[in-house]
Amino acid sequence: MARLKLKEHVINREWCKGCGICVHFCPKKVLELDSDEKVVVVRPEDCICCKLCELRCPDLAIEVLSTDDVPAAPASDDDSQDDSNEQ
Amino acid sequence: MAIKDYLRQRYFPHMWCPGCGHGIVLNALIRAVQGMGLDKNDIVMTSGIGCSARISGYVDFHTLHTLHGRALAFATGVKLSKPELTLLVPMGDGDALAIGGNHFIHAARRNIDITAIVMNNRIYGMTGGQFSPLSGIGKKATTAPYTTIDSNFDVVKMAVASGATFVARTTAYHVLEAVDLLQKAISHKGFSVVEILSQCPTHYGRKNKEGDASSMMEFQKSKTGKLGSKALEKDPTLIPRGIFVDDKDASEYCSAYDKIIETAMKGR
Repeated sequence: MARLKLKEHVINREWCKGCGICVHFCPKKVLELDSDEKVVVVRPEDCICCKLCELRCPDLAIEVLSTDDVPAAPASDDDSQDDSNEQ
Repeated sequence: MAIKDYLRQRYFPHMWCPGCGHGIVLNALIRAVQGMGLDKNDIVMTSGIGCSARISGYVDFHTLHTLHGRALAFATGVKLSKPELTLLVPMGDGDALAIGGNHFIHAARRNIDITAIVMNNRIYGMTGGQFSPLSGIGKKATTAPYTTIDSNFDVVKMAVASGATFVARTTAYHVLEAVDLLQKAISHKGFSVVEILSQCPTHYGRKNKEGDASSMMEFQKSKTGKLGSKALEKDPTLIPRGIFVDDKDASEYCSAYDKIIETAMKGR
């Protein structure tokens, strides 16, 4: 499977409650909480697109868009969006 | 379909506390449904009362927010009248095994094709942190300031003993495993039980000095072991995770009922 490349983290600041689960479990320490106790991306270049922050977010406030997430584009490897190699 | 299309976004942000494991269960559940490509209109979710039960308000399926402990009874009614629908019944530990204990064991005994999800945070969160039948001995709660003296149920053993034909356990930390087990449970034809250990940092965590949501999830990571793993073999005190029962041959209730109808209607 081709390595995923980050496009962007979409963070819904209205929904984020600042519990810090994503910050704590990010394997690359990409995320931090800001002064409002909302999650922010501080090291996007380190992101490996494991998407565990997105999966473990209790508030469904994070979405990690990567290269294979182009909407409606013909996907070359169908298994890539399930992150089946993670955890 | 995108994840957000399975949510009733107008009710967000949801009412659960920061770091509540129930949000992760919701996250895993809609991803399981999305991964299976199920149509929203073919899913019915019934829930009872409690923090956990509020999940039915946030998903864009057919939903019934019913009586405390009686979600499985309502689900049984829906399933018998419309067996083609997929029934999801998320329940809290108190909802499923205290007031709903009888409904739980009898739904399991009948082996009706319903997926029961026990979101076990070991406390009654909504009403202020009273201990539940899953808190276990020696835990603090608002109703047990000097620690509990009640033993806890083992959801998995209880489900197996009652006759559930698919029984699994996972945690909010092991979210990909949760998605996988939920998909297997939903595809299983018969009564499926998935216990998901969830964290309540507001009540259980604070009373029992287990720290914030992240440290409670570290606990889920370190104190559980996958069935068949070396870690579990070495340390039997770990809580086992994985699939405990997967019986594909048992007779399902709605199919058995259809056969009875056929017999009764013979010659008419």
